Amino acid sequence: MRDFLLLLADNTQILGHRLGEWCGHGPELEIDMAMTNLALDLIGQSRNYYQYAAELEGAGRTEDDLAYLRDAREFRNCLLVEQPNGDFAHTVARNFLFDSWHYFFLQALCQSNDERLAAIAGKSLKEVTYHLRWSSEWVIRLGDGTEESHSRIQDAFDNLWTFRGELLTPAPFETEAASAGYGVDLHAIRPLVEDRLSDILAQATLQRPEDGWMQSGGKTGRHSEHLGYILAEMQYVQRAYPNSVW
Amino acid sequence: MSTQVSLEERFQARIDAEQKIEPKDWMPEAYRKTLIRQISQHAHSEVVGMLPEGNWITRAPSLRRKVALLAKIQDEAGHGLYLYSAAETLGISREELYNELLSGKAKYSSIFNYPTLTWADMGAVGWLVDGAAIMNQVALCKCSYGPYARAMVRVCKEESFHQRQGFELLLTLSKGTPEQRAMAQDAINRWWWPSMMMFGPNDSDSPHSAQSMRWKIKRYSNDTLRQKFVDMIAEQIKVLNMTLPDPDLRWNEERGHYDFGAIDWTEFNEVLKGNGPCNRERLAARRKAWEEGAWVREAAMAHAAKRQQSV
Repeated sequence: MRDFLLLLADNTQILGHRLGEWCGHGPELEIDMAMTNLALDLIGQSRNYYQYAAELEGAGRTEDDLAYLRDAREFRNCLLVEQPNGDFAHTVARNFLFDSWHYFFLQALCQSNDERLAAIAGKSLKEVTYHLRWSSEWVIRLGDGTEESHSRIQDAFDNLWTFRGELLTPAPFETEAASAGYGVDLHAIRPLVEDRLSDILAQATLQRPEDGWMQSGGKTGRHSEHLGYILAEMQYVQRAYPNSVW
Repeated sequence: MSTQVSLEERFQARIDAEQKIEPKDWMPEAYRKTLIRQISQHAHSEVVGMLPEGNWITRAPSLRRKVALLAKIQDEAGHGLYLYSAAETLGISREELYNELLSGKAKYSSIFNYPTLTWADMGAVGWLVDGAAIMNQVALCKCSYGPYARAMVRVCKEESFHQRQGFELLLTLSKGTPEQRAMAQDAINRWWWPSMMMFGPNDSDSPHSAQSMRWKIKRYSNDTLRQKFVDMIAEQIKVLNMTLPDPDLRWNEERGHYDFGAIDWTEFNEVLKGNGPCNRERLAARRKAWEEGAWVREAAMAHAAKRQQSV
């Protein structure tokens, strides 16, 4: 259960962190505010999972201990969410790949036999329904916008496609979670995710990239180089002034 | 000429009677210009003000603080939006206003040209900078121009929450380790005088003040508001058990106010001229975001146009 909770917590925490990097630098004020909203929702979700994981441990640790005092090799998030923001098209493509998985994942997680997880999933799903709408609309707008925006978003999907496989490939602890009834059977949600991807890419007049080699490793702690820098920033104050209350 | 005079007289009579001026009402050109200048400066300040705080989002030391900081900066973007809308009611577009910011023609509050160096700055900015801003903004809720006054009512509610949040952050540090206390005191030392300067020049040197007071855009003078701020902060700092970096600060029983030391107007004028520690960076960050977002805004317009054609 711990790894499964950390997967959910780290995914939402790291993606929320990336979106927070946009705050104050968005293409226009309304988009800036929308991205900050997404960051707020995701970090809020991660707190629910971290708090639950900390309680289950029963070792007196807190959500902040889990977020700020673990090293990169202990993080369970998918490689996709730690990828840099890039231009706005990369952010939109990354978020859409994540959201189109996250939405169906949470729908299934609402059926978890763990009541607390089901409740967190239910609350998160309301937010993620909006996230998926936001990123889908931007994929369509950019894909079917100008020549430049079309080529930028196509390029973003081409670059990020290799990270989408990991979302749908279970780590051992996910298989365990699914068979114990508190997790999600990723094979079962795959067709729903695939249909949504194809549908939105088609509306956006974009080419669906070939499903070639898919990168993996994040869920078991083998990350890209990016995560170390995220944590260096994120954990700096906590680690520079240990045992302090903030 | 005589109709012009009578229009102006009628206008002033309405203001004297505490009636709000609304967008479609007749108003002197100078009143309109003053408001456009002031409201847009205020909007730009909100938008530039996102940067020094945004500097600490990725390093916020707890999840609770990170969420609070993100939400605060998002509120500032929201304030920017209401204020641009209020300015638009005076017949100028948001894009024109924004271009004036990017070209360096329009000003924004000089306070945002100072750097945020430690986490404690998030507390000091909330407590002192937002605290000073509120003094001005509460007064603006009674401003004669309706849309500005109404925007300010909303802004003030959120700002006072930000100020309490900043104070609470410093209070936590003040009860923490010696390093945390030192960090908090250092932040207060650096932000105190720049916050005092936020009220603008002394009344004797304030060129726009008299007319703005007559038009009831401004309700209290710079020095009056500054004194109110000092009186508030000098009390609150006792709760933090810290000090303000002013050896001349002391209660004056006779005046019923705190006395305080002289402000270094040379620094104020230099920052105003563009020589603050971050003037160039702040504007460069705003230009970069705007320029790099151009293709996104164009794409959104192009897509909307295609949609409209196909309907």
